Amino acid sequence: MLAKRIIPCLDVTAGRVVKGVSFVELRDAGDPVEIAKRYDDQGADELTFLDITASSDDRGIIFRIIEQVASQVFIPLTVGGGVREVQDVRNLLNAGADKVSINTSAVVNPQLVADAAARYGSQCIVVAIDAKQTAPGQWEVFTHGGRKATGLDAIEWAKKMQTLGAGEILLTSMDQDGQKKGFDLGLTRAVTDALEIPVIASGGVGNLQHLADGVKLGGADAVLAASIFHFGEYTVQQAKEYMAAQGIEVRL
Amino acid sequence: MGQIAIIDYGMGNLRSVEQALRHVAPDRDIVVTDDPAVVMAAERVVFPGQGAMPDCMRELDARGLRAAVLEAAQSKPFLGICIGLQMLFEHSAEGDVPGLGVLSGEVVRFAHELRDAQGGKLKVPHMGWNSVKHAEHALWDGIPQDARFYYVHSYYVVPTDVALAQATSDYPQPFVCAVARDKLFAVQFHPEKSHAAGLKLLQNFVHWNPL
Repeated sequence: MLAKRIIPCLDVTAGRVVKGVSFVELRDAGDPVEIAKRYDDQGADELTFLDITASSDDRGIIFRIIEQVASQVFIPLTVGGGVREVQDVRNLLNAGADKVSINTSAVVNPQLVADAAARYGSQCIVVAIDAKQTAPGQWEVFTHGGRKATGLDAIEWAKKMQTLGAGEILLTSMDQDGQKKGFDLGLTRAVTDALEIPVIASGGVGNLQHLADGVKLGGADAVLAASIFHFGEYTVQQAKEYMAAQGIEVRL
Repeated sequence: MGQIAIIDYGMGNLRSVEQALRHVAPDRDIVVTDDPAVVMAAERVVFPGQGAMPDCMRELDARGLRAAVLEAAQSKPFLGICIGLQMLFEHSAEGDVPGLGVLSGEVVRFAHELRDAQGGKLKVPHMGWNSVKHAEHALWDGIPQDARFYYVHSYYVVPTDVALAQATSDYPQPFVCAVARDKLFAVQFHPEKSHAAGLKLLQNFVHWNPL
């Protein structure tokens, strides 16, 4: 049967992988190509790169990184950050990305999702949703790295993105992100139950039980984590063995 | 040794297929081409595909590649991948379009509201790493039973002749994920994204010399 996926996430700026808490206190985690190869060796099911570069001058760096990784690592690569038009999708695919993640621009211009899916296929369009809880059982979509409220209901937004052609949703809880207390399982469950397309849970992983909970309690199809892998707390292999011991189907 | 041609009909990204082939066959002449003459002259052909099948069929015809693909599929080592598998069949439920009809059978969609044995919701597209049970064929050499390959698709093939099937995966029912006939082999998963098992299959294809 289909395995639940474990996806290490690499936030990249100025050619380095970094990780911070709520986008402050960025900590250097190393060279993206080396880290990608390490996770590939450990059995990562996919890799996600988020270009968090602020300046447009440095945007070429991510292309060179993806080209290098794609020539050595033969698992799916997702790249996001700063995707504003169909041409950006095309450029990332040409650099070697298999999927492109669209976040803020999907809110600013939902037609971008429809156009990109129509041109390149839903299989390569991931819509990233950053959500914050506003009331019990309710979550609002935020953009611009969680700084800007949109007034959009996260569940309705996810359904709309599915309708427009998203092949997958990358769902991040802004409340949990960087807190290491586990995913927002209520949010994860609500979105995955509402959709037919796969949902990747993100934001808040601090230990391996959190990953298992994302699948078993949240119903996620894939789980994404960054810092627990970057700083050597756990390997991807350990995460998979832990999940397998709980009866979760994984690729070992 | 002749060229290995990857057929480019403008649908999506062939970079991954090219990279993976170059990795397993660094000494081979590998070309990504939309030129029917290059396809006709190639020693072996890879026929990938992404996106929706109606668009793939339209773009294939728009580039005048249909005849070259038909000829290659019946005359030389030929590897179809994903939509490149589906297009070989007679008809697809996706957009209700005819395929190339090299193989008889249908392309159908996974049902809605699929559940696994524990009652968990199964999403469509079927996306991720699934285990593959395979028959005996040169392209499976060195690949263990139940090796996992990476998939992303919502439709799958139902060959009329069950003897064409070379492998199945379960979602939750078994579906055919590889077919072969003569010099043709085609898979639903993406070997170019399936780590060691996928690279092994590509390497086997590069060295495959069917009679």
